[in-house]
Amino acid sequence: MSVTPLLDVQHLTKRYGTRIGCSDVSFKLYPGEVMGVVGESGSGKSTLLNCLAGHLPPDEGRILFDTRTEGPRDTLTMSEPERRMLGRTDWAFVHQNPRDGLRMRVSAGGNVGERLMAVGARHYGNIRNAAEDWLERVEIDTDRMDDRPAQFSGGMQQRLQIARNLVSGPRLVFMDEPTGGLDVSVQARLLDLLRGLVRKMGLSAIIVTHDLAVVRLLADRLMVMKSGDVVETGLTDQVLDDPQHAYTQLLVSSVLQV
Amino acid sequence: MTAQAAAAMDDYNFAYLDEQTKRMIRRAILKGLAVPGYQVPFASREMPMPYGWGTGGVQVSAAVMTPDDTIKVIDQGADDTTNAVSIRKFFERTADIDVTERTSEATIIQTRHRIPEELLNEDQILVYQVPIPEPMRFIEPRETETRKMHALEEYGLMHVRLYENIAKHGAITTAYAYPVKVEDRYVMDPSPIPKFDNPKLESEAIQIFGAGREQRIYAVPPYTKVVSLDFDDYPFDPSKANHPCALCGSVTSYLDEVIVDDKGGRMFVCSDTDYCASRIRRQEQAA
Repeated sequence: MSVTPLLDVQHLTKRYGTRIGCSDVSFKLYPGEVMGVVGESGSGKSTLLNCLAGHLPPDEGRILFDTRTEGPRDTLTMSEPERRMLGRTDWAFVHQNPRDGLRMRVSAGGNVGERLMAVGARHYGNIRNAAEDWLERVEIDTDRMDDRPAQFSGGMQQRLQIARNLVSGPRLVFMDEPTGGLDVSVQARLLDLLRGLVRKMGLSAIIVTHDLAVVRLLADRLMVMKSGDVVETGLTDQVLDDPQHAYTQLLVSSVLQV
Repeated sequence: MTAQAAAAMDDYNFAYLDEQTKRMIRRAILKGLAVPGYQVPFASREMPMPYGWGTGGVQVSAAVMTPDDTIKVIDQGADDTTNAVSIRKFFERTADIDVTERTSEATIIQTRHRIPEELLNEDQILVYQVPIPEPMRFIEPRETETRKMHALEEYGLMHVRLYENIAKHGAITTAYAYPVKVEDRYVMDPSPIPKFDNPKLESEAIQIFGAGREQRIYAVPPYTKVVSLDFDDYPFDPSKANHPCALCGSVTSYLDEVIVDDKGGRMFVCSDTDYCASRIRRQEQAA
């Protein structure tokens, strides 16, 4: 297969002083693929995600992203304007806490429209139509469009954050515990929605979570992390049904069966 | 001026500030003129007046002033309010220069909240008093972040602000301190002038903005392109009250609404007192 990987991560290492955030992580993500990263708290999942999304500078390694115009480029050696441009066009970042990813004092419509205005949309009617369309897609009533996110429930806020991120048609979505803090029935709806959007738009995504059910539903491939190291990788079903590493076995067996 | 006052003034340098300070301010002004719309940090001094009374404007005026200059000071369009009178007096005493209320006779015009109705020329400098120089302050409170946004030309947030206006009220309701883009590069807060004055920012005169408390100077050189931000389907509208002036009858000047009794009586008069008075003078001469 000679497809160029969308994201090619090589030997990524991040240290916090003498402590290790994540060490020597390498993987390739192909277009349309969803990869899950699982592990317990403090295993380096979020550090890894923040390094990939350009929020944290890693200490070593390379991150090659297949840009639309110039092919694979190292996002770490890119200039800051280029990296920030990617951050609001081709990339999307869904935070665990929607408050981190939304402007709480701006209406829902304004939140969705911000990315469009950031890349030069200057027609109010068009921006509004796009925002309306996206609110419908994430199942938010359009008559709530001019309400502030603070008046929304947790699940709605999270769906709004997803709409705000996907409106620019990104190719790569980073998600940090997208279902954390939501109750299980809301989680189920959100997962359903995410799965539909990812399949329909052919998105590539990296999902960090400690919830194995989330990756079982969404992820094609799985990476298991422990203490900053990747201890096991493979197809999701393969890793979950036949875990090889002792830690993965522990993780899988820790899930409560109802 | 009494002999005693004159003697006291000898203790001060020309126009109050010492030469080193003026030099520092002039450097900031030159940089501001070279990079139109860019906020240049400067070491703002304590002035003998409270913040919010025009400490930034006074420092800029003092730095550009020569003994041959004639200064006019405007406060909300008027020449006779406390702020205007006290700043005019200040320069009379510390610089011993000529003062005027006529826009056409002034070489330096320090202003707060208005641009004169009469068009300015190449021999004039307009100095603005600025309370908050950062146009994105209320959407993005972090100065580190807004400076980065200016540097990288990330101005999407400014339109989010206007979008919110339209979504809530059906029109752009920002009526003063209306954001502009200078020479296709920097987004700038034109200080709290009414948006009616925004078209006059493209001027033959030098315009310098001084924010004393915030320690920033920025400038718009003569003949510089200044565009008010808007949407394609909601274009910028420099509106004013739809009345003629009750004193001079002007239908083109910016008007103040004045409450005249407690029974709902009101009148609309020119906010630019010099413009209004000169029109009345001309009408009397013609009659």
